[in-house]
Amino acid sequence: MRPALSHLLLLGGLGLSAVLQIVSPQLDDYAVNILILAGINIILAVSLNLVNGHTGQFSLGHAGFMAAGAYASSLVTLASGPLASGGDPVVKNAVFLGALLAGGGFAALCGFLVGVPSLRLRGDYLAIVTLGFGEIIRVVLQNTDAVGGARGLEGIPALTNLFWTFGIATVTIYTVACLVNSTYGRGFIAVRDDEIAAEAMGISTTRYKVSAFVVGAFFAGLAGGLFAHYISFIAPETFNFLKSVDVVVMVILGGMGSTPGVVAAAILLTLLNEILRDFEQYRMIVFSLLLIILMIARPQGLLGNFRKKRKGTS
Amino acid sequence: MSASLLLDQVTMRFGGLVAVSGLDFIVNHGEMVGLIGPNGAGKTTVFNVITGVYKPTSGTVSLGDRVLNGLPAHRITRHGIARTFQNIRLFGSLSVFDNVRCAMIPGLRHGVTSALTRGPAHSREESRLRGEILELLAIFDMSGAADSPAEGLAYGDRRRLEIVRALATRPRLLLLDEPAAGMNPTEKSQLIELIRFIQKKFDIAVLLVEHDMKVVMGVCQRIVVLDYGKKIAEGTPEEIRRNPLVIEAYLGGEVADA
Amino acid sequence: MDWGNFAQQLVNGLSLGAIYALIALGYTMVYGVLRFINFAHGDVFMIGAFAGLYINRWLKPFFTGLPEALSTAVVLLLSMGACACLGVLIEKLAYKPLRNRSRLTVLITAIGVSLFLSYSAQLIFGAAPKGFPNLFNSTTHDLPGGASATTEQFVVLGVTVLLLAALRWIVLGTRMGLAMRALSNNPAAASLMGVNTDAVISFTFALGSALAAAAGIFFAMLYQAIDPFMGILPGIKAFVAAVLGGIGSLPGAALGGVLIGLIETLVVGYSQDIGIPSGYRDAVAFVLLILILLFKPAGLLGKSEREKV
Repeated sequence: MRPALSHLLLLGGLGLSAVLQIVSPQLDDYAVNILILAGINIILAVSLNLVNGHTGQFSLGHAGFMAAGAYASSLVTLASGPLASGGDPVVKNAVFLGALLAGGGFAALCGFLVGVPSLRLRGDYLAIVTLGFGEIIRVVLQNTDAVGGARGLEGIPALTNLFWTFGIATVTIYTVACLVNSTYGRGFIAVRDDEIAAEAMGISTTRYKVSAFVVGAFFAGLAGGLFAHYISFIAPETFNFLKSVDVVVMVILGGMGSTPGVVAAAILLTLLNEILRDFEQYRMIVFSLLLIILMIARPQGLLGNFRKKRKGTS
Repeated sequence: MSASLLLDQVTMRFGGLVAVSGLDFIVNHGEMVGLIGPNGAGKTTVFNVITGVYKPTSGTVSLGDRVLNGLPAHRITRHGIARTFQNIRLFGSLSVFDNVRCAMIPGLRHGVTSALTRGPAHSREESRLRGEILELLAIFDMSGAADSPAEGLAYGDRRRLEIVRALATRPRLLLLDEPAAGMNPTEKSQLIELIRFIQKKFDIAVLLVEHDMKVVMGVCQRIVVLDYGKKIAEGTPEEIRRNPLVIEAYLGGEVADA
Repeated sequence: MDWGNFAQQLVNGLSLGAIYALIALGYTMVYGVLRFINFAHGDVFMIGAFAGLYINRWLKPFFTGLPEALSTAVVLLLSMGACACLGVLIEKLAYKPLRNRSRLTVLITAIGVSLFLSYSAQLIFGAAPKGFPNLFNSTTHDLPGGASATTEQFVVLGVTVLLLAALRWIVLGTRMGLAMRALSNNPAAASLMGVNTDAVISFTFALGSALAAAAGIFFAMLYQAIDPFMGILPGIKAFVAAVLGGIGSLPGAALGGVLIGLIETLVVGYSQDIGIPSGYRDAVAFVLLILILLFKPAGLLGKSEREKV
């Protein structure tokens, strides 16, 4: 991506978010609801794609990082009391931005803590360990009375709007696209394709993997913050293993390593979720069958360029 | 010129198995050295020890006055040792251009922040690298394939790309692991020319593991022979050809005929 | 120290550990022959419990007059048979088309199968937990040292020992077992030597699923309630057990299962003394998993594998 073009896209995305926010009073609540959920899902899917798609690490713990961001940012806005819920829109939004960044930062810290020990693990083991970390975060939240334990946190000020959601989604896409489409960022794909060859090229696979985890977790944390300040209520159960699977399905459906594909899949699955809302008990059956059929018939996803990897020789 | 690569009493054990034992040898600056031996003699293990894939059980590997053993593989590459692999390991989903581009990562002056801000320094560096990569590809007649995926290349081209990619790390020493494997006689003669050309053009030392005696004898100034992880002979191609220990190790086969 | 309480914790930990061990064996056997984590294994365990519930309900009229030991055995064996068929079916439909694909592709498929089984079960059996009936009259038996054990706990431990002995005989004493070992040792060579790979893989799934079904019924007997999502946590904990013992090693899986059961029970039993709230029960296995993978990735009885360069 050329510099001028990427800057234009960034500004265009932010501008579009502002326009959406300005016209939002004209939109009906249902449309706004779907747009915000789609935006949050885009952030989650694109950031997980950096880890699972581009870098080839398989994380099943994205919901855990989302939880970390949701709780941390909510604690900030709840602690700042009237500043966050008061009348002054500038103060309110400044507090919100600070809270979101605090949530993202805390999630990034968690990502670092998960990333470092996970480096020695490959493929399926890494998947189970990240799942384990996600569950540990959940269990810790459940047992911490200061954050409401299993009951969760309520009364979180509703500060999320279309501008913040799509603004952050734009920044997420910009960051991941710029990272991957630079010489530095080709390293992520080198790590995915062949770690030993990457090391032989002087690439520190450790650094790339940890960076992917940290950046991925940071944006998952932002998504968590947006979610918390949209629904106004969070509980540990909101961020269970199935939430992680939801995001994984988006990444797989979109095609691991393809940002446009993953964005499309995030929107598609958000819509599908809404359409199937009245058939809740069938929703996950449809999703799981979709996953199985996709893996058998089209593992590169609907739009992806993920290469079929040969089985490791022994 | 002092020793470039020095192995001093290098031993590598896997559990009870001694793959390499008490190995000494040097590769001088600009020299072409062959490392030969029957199957399972420990040649590739030696490569893996030198390049940091394995950490030697004992002994020292050094390049110039810098001790390398214990360093992670990517640090060793940054100190000037590049390699190819016996079973070609390209970045299959990346283009030929990007495969070479990955070798430029350690030399980047502007890293993550510049990739994100995309300022003028970033553009300048990216276009400088682009020039260097295309130049390198042109030297090896691969410019035409720059944008094709590495996975789709013909076998000989994949071997060649691996060598180009290794050279792009700007090594002082290039390790080639069976570059002639799977090649026909014409391709092999071309390979011999290519290796000689590389050594002159880039002024580097080459350490070559190879089964094909014609290639080894045609390229190397000096040959080290391994058997069961031990060095059994070392000398010029002429000396090695006549060495009874070597002939015995190869069951009186290839060496004498080549 | 209260030795009676300690002995009681040991009894509880052992019976829970027996269940984990039976599930872990399935993980480790499948990993041995196919080198992938059969994520859906925990759901086979859940289906096993439901199969027990319904088979017992349907056959109840025929059980009158039969000794309880016999009727329990019938329920157990039929459920094991049903799950063995289910395991083979899953392998044929979902995993077989993926032979020689990357491990991740298979893992994702396995997650899909797992979700499919859980949610189908929810659709069929309902989301609310169902009570599991007593298959036999149960009393509490006093043990030396001040502990006590229920009849269920005796049955669980006794039958587990029997099943482990049977498994040992199958793996070490039959031609099929020999083929399994050959396949897990070197798939290419085994198939060149005339081992019918597909048949061995099917048999492995059947065997592992049957053991999971037994574990499901034991779990239901001890906790007396079953639900469509009951398989997720025990499944993952049993996987941890398999890794702890050294994945691919059958004695390792049995040992790992017992250890995880004991550790989990002791941590909860002594939560106040060691300062870990009992709410952290489900995190214990994950913390253990991370520690094992960091410090002894080959597990207690496993062999390490090295990528060839």
